[in-house]
Amino acid sequence: MAPAGKEDGQDPRIPKIASSIRVIPDFPKPGIMFQDITTLLLDTEAFRDTIDIFVERYKGKDISVVAGVEARGFIFGPPIALAIGAKFVPMRKPKKLPGEVISVEYSLEYGTDTMEMHVGAVEPGERAIVIDDLIATGGTLAAAIRLLERVGVEIVECACVIELPELKGREKLGEAPLFILVTSDAA
Amino acid sequence: MSGNKQEEDPRINGIKTKIRVVPDFPKKGIMFQDITTVLLDPKAFKDTIDLFVERYRDKNISVVAGIEARGFLFGPPIALAIGAKFVPLRKPKKLPGETIFEEYELEYGNDRLEMHVGAVEAGDRALVVDDLIATGGTLCAAINLLERVGAEVVECACVIELPELKGRQRLKGKPLCMLVEYR
Repeated sequence: MAPAGKEDGQDPRIPKIASSIRVIPDFPKPGIMFQDITTLLLDTEAFRDTIDIFVERYKGKDISVVAGVEARGFIFGPPIALAIGAKFVPMRKPKKLPGEVISVEYSLEYGTDTMEMHVGAVEPGERAIVIDDLIATGGTLAAAIRLLERVGVEIVECACVIELPELKGREKLGEAPLFILVTSDAA
Repeated sequence: MSGNKQEEDPRINGIKTKIRVVPDFPKKGIMFQDITTVLLDPKAFKDTIDLFVERYRDKNISVVAGIEARGFLFGPPIALAIGAKFVPLRKPKKLPGETIFEEYELEYGNDRLEMHVGAVEAGDRALVVDDLIATGGTLCAAINLLERVGAEVVECACVIELPELKGRQRLKGKPLCMLVEYR
């Protein structure tokens, strides 16, 4: 696990955040080193610092939307949204959101999945950040970007706690920049 | 907050008006209480969290347990504000590593709620958070998980209660705090 964000010099809070993340081998299947952020959530200082770093970056930048990807994006997105005065928009698996939705299909390693967003949750011209706990292949974040851009939202940045750079997820994000706190090996 | 109508906090009506009721979801006859519209209103969302934080900040709560997935929207902001750890209670097979589970009844069949071994310690004082209490089955499973590892469940906190489903009675005697009733 290595701290990221080197262009600003390393934020002194990042090593503690990095060390609070637990790596579980062979989950969900052999060969995968799963990055478990639940241990970060048990460390009140590390969780507080994680949110603070994102809030400091996005406060005062006229961001009106924080979109969080189900389910771990729901843990980090709302505290950021609350602190910067933005709305929180959940991006969900199929059939979870009631009422009218728009949807996009995206590729998994085997097969496809669908992501949904509520019609009317966001408006054209709004400025958004997209949050998830981790970026691997980038498929999920790319899907979220497509949904938001389809309704005319400007993606200011994608933000994740962890990146697995070997999986080159950054390349799927198009014009959207990526901000992360910690990098790790995929396997 | 709950059941104390004369002193109802003025923020509560603002929250209530933001909840969207969607008929016939997920199936005919169900009036679904959609809280996503509360999350779209920064003031209503902030007020929701503030109401819970004001209630719990001096109660020495060390754990906020949130039930997947909508409990993840409200639990972490509360946990952060009161200095407690956040523990996600999840559907099967989502949590990596060692877990314990509790089964609970659905209308047809059963489901399971899982918690990480070691997340919660004996003596922890816990809150359980979800967006809504209906029959109380999920909350009861959550209470069981926490009590099995020796935590004390201080209260359950939900934004919405459907009182006709009598979920309050399934909480093993634990108190419930809610902001909005829907009859």
